[in-house]
Amino acid sequence: MVKSKSAYSIPTKLGKIDTHIIVVWVDNEASVLSRVVGLFSGRGYNIESLAVAEIDVKKKLSRITIVTTGTPQVIEQIILQLKKLVPVHKVGNFKREDKKVIFKEMALLKIVTNSSKIKKALNACKKYNPAILDQTNKSVVIQITALKKEIDNVIKILKPLGLVSASRTGAVAMTRGAEIFN
Amino acid sequence: MPKLYSGAEIVFKCLEDQNVEHIFGYPGGAVLPIYDELKNHPSIKHILVRHEQGAGHAAEGYARSTGKPGVVLVTSGPGATNVVTALTDAYMDSVPLVCISGQVPSHLIGTDAFQECDTTGITRPCTKHNWLVKDIKDLPRIMHEAFEVATTGRPGPVLVDIPKDIQFAKAKYFNPKKEKKLKQKSLNRFNQKDIDQLVDLMKKASKPIFYTGGGVINSGPKASELLRELVSLTGFPITSTLQGLGAYPGDDDQFMGMLGMHGTYEANNAMHDCDLLINIGARFDDRITGKIDEFSPKSKKIHIDIDPSSINKIVKVDLSIVGDVSDVINATIKTLKKKNLNLEKSNKQKISKWWQQIQKWRTKQSLNFINSDKIIKPQHAVQRLYELTKNKDTYITTEVGQHQMWAAQHYKFNKPNRWMTSGGLGTMGYGLPAAVGVQVAHPKKLVIDIAGEASILMTMQEISTAVQYNLPIKIFILNNQYMGMVRQWQELLHEKNYSESYSEALPDFVKLAEAYGCVGIRAKSPGELDEKIEEMINIDKPVIFDCHVDQDENCYPMIPSGKPHNQMLLGPKDQNENKITGKGKTLV
Repeated sequence: MVKSKSAYSIPTKLGKIDTHIIVVWVDNEASVLSRVVGLFSGRGYNIESLAVAEIDVKKKLSRITIVTTGTPQVIEQIILQLKKLVPVHKVGNFKREDKKVIFKEMALLKIVTNSSKIKKALNACKKYNPAILDQTNKSVVIQITALKKEIDNVIKILKPLGLVSASRTGAVAMTRGAEIFN
Repeated sequence: MPKLYSGAEIVFKCLEDQNVEHIFGYPGGAVLPIYDELKNHPSIKHILVRHEQGAGHAAEGYARSTGKPGVVLVTSGPGATNVVTALTDAYMDSVPLVCISGQVPSHLIGTDAFQECDTTGITRPCTKHNWLVKDIKDLPRIMHEAFEVATTGRPGPVLVDIPKDIQFAKAKYFNPKKEKKLKQKSLNRFNQKDIDQLVDLMKKASKPIFYTGGGVINSGPKASELLRELVSLTGFPITSTLQGLGAYPGDDDQFMGMLGMHGTYEANNAMHDCDLLINIGARFDDRITGKIDEFSPKSKKIHIDIDPSSINKIVKVDLSIVGDVSDVINATIKTLKKKNLNLEKSNKQKISKWWQQIQKWRTKQSLNFINSDKIIKPQHAVQRLYELTKNKDTYITTEVGQHQMWAAQHYKFNKPNRWMTSGGLGTMGYGLPAAVGVQVAHPKKLVIDIAGEASILMTMQEISTAVQYNLPIKIFILNNQYMGMVRQWQELLHEKNYSESYSEALPDFVKLAEAYGCVGIRAKSPGELDEKIEEMINIDKPVIFDCHVDQDENCYPMIPSGKPHNQMLLGPKDQNENKITGKGKTLV
């Protein structure tokens, strides 16, 4: 090994990287999103997707859902660091594989083509709760809700069928059953 | 109808309610209404610095030496950007600061107005929290919350950005009230079970060590007292980080000196070989741990810290206790006493071998250096400074570099809050303004900035502040004309390519002192050192002491990069001896 000339240590082996969905309840105030996102960028954490909206108008609470990847140590740090932010109320953490949690993403897909291909396209979306939001004789806007991988897949199928534009949200999460996250 | 106050008045009413006595600042267009209000509040004294970075570091020195938050007042734009280094420094070293910055009037925000910058955006990553006041009605709440956030839990800097129109606008004022949400964040999160587990591990250990840090200092003087009791009760050896110096007496026999990159041989070897490591208020900084894979490989690790995010951040620990250091130590002592575990006696046998091993390491005398009678060795200068000031209650600040490490190695502290140094961020230019802040807080005490000639030039202007307020700080410059630590790394790791680490032109520090209106002293030979130091101590004015030291001296011992604790590089004395034995062997 080459002798290190650095005053810093050499990086050690990384642990296994997992995908986690982190849910953050925050005060809906100016710059709160930049605090959360800045924490991720400043400490070198990943953001795969992000969904944020106000969930309680009266209490001015927003819920941020972040899909991130990292080693168990990094995930633990993300959660602990998030909890230190002043406008953060609570933080939830779920593994993508977690069976107790529902994850969903939504996509709006615009297809410009002929009517037979539109039919095929609608057929391809059948499994993912498709809703036709707009239709003309040569175009259609379909809304689907599904998992990230599924939407990726649908987009792949729709490309040759005339998909011209796709707009996607980040994942949102909800626990199954009567249980709520505290 | 309740009385309405202007934003500027509200700022001062808050400061009064928070018992603020001193603020460090620099006026400018966007804070003029606040400066205008200053005259109406005689209990608050403003210290006019020469650069906003100086205000920040002075407030840090003030905060560290008193335990109270330091308050900074600056204008918008350059005023705010200049204070960013100090805020980052305070964030890294957990120093409570409340920075109030002026901002351009609300309607001009976002228009690239004169002296406008996105202050809250710029300072977001270097503060615990910051606020842009958009409505005058929020100002009292935000001001009180700012003090609360800065001082609770792990302390740190906060910033309140107040647009000029808000400073003029009027609103009701209300006194600070306890914010429930915030309080929760600072609560202790340990229980008796954790303490029992800690005591149990202590009982079983045969090679224990306390590794204490700045958290002990931040927990207040009571924590240092309790730490001393705990250490004597257990009979365990103790080592400290750079920031923790003073929490435990530096001249005590159970104290092994500082650990880490330039720590003592005994402290680092003990860290490596121990079977129980009790971290109290330290954060496993990379200057401490060296190579993580080989850091203290055989030990059970316990981490006591008020910040939950410090736990398992770098080193995985076996037991974590989240809480205020004083409370944790107090609970531990109580449990030890209740269980009647006089570890010192009952465990004497068990840890006596450990102590023997430590004594063996101590015989290396790793802080030793080859002294000279012709040229002043920097270590010798610090030792003499210590000997001649140890009977006074002396406050030491430093800049960053070799002189800082020599000060940490050779100046022994017996009380907390007497040692102010930039550890986390490593800010050259910290020491002089910090000394200003310390002297403001302790006007009658001896305050010395152990400095290097390169560092001191970074914030030299603040000597003018010291002169203005008759602050008799002493700037003790170990002048080797090099950025010494840079030169040392270049010598050891970059084949002696001394790229840009030599200052070919330096001011005459004695004349410079005179130009600023203070006193300059120069020492060039070991023979005159004591006498000149005495002279410096006896002058009741700011003094710049230009101590010419050996240019080639390196700071030893050191852990070379990527090496574990037990592979230290020792000083030239040891290296020479080893060479001789090597030669001797071939002769035989």
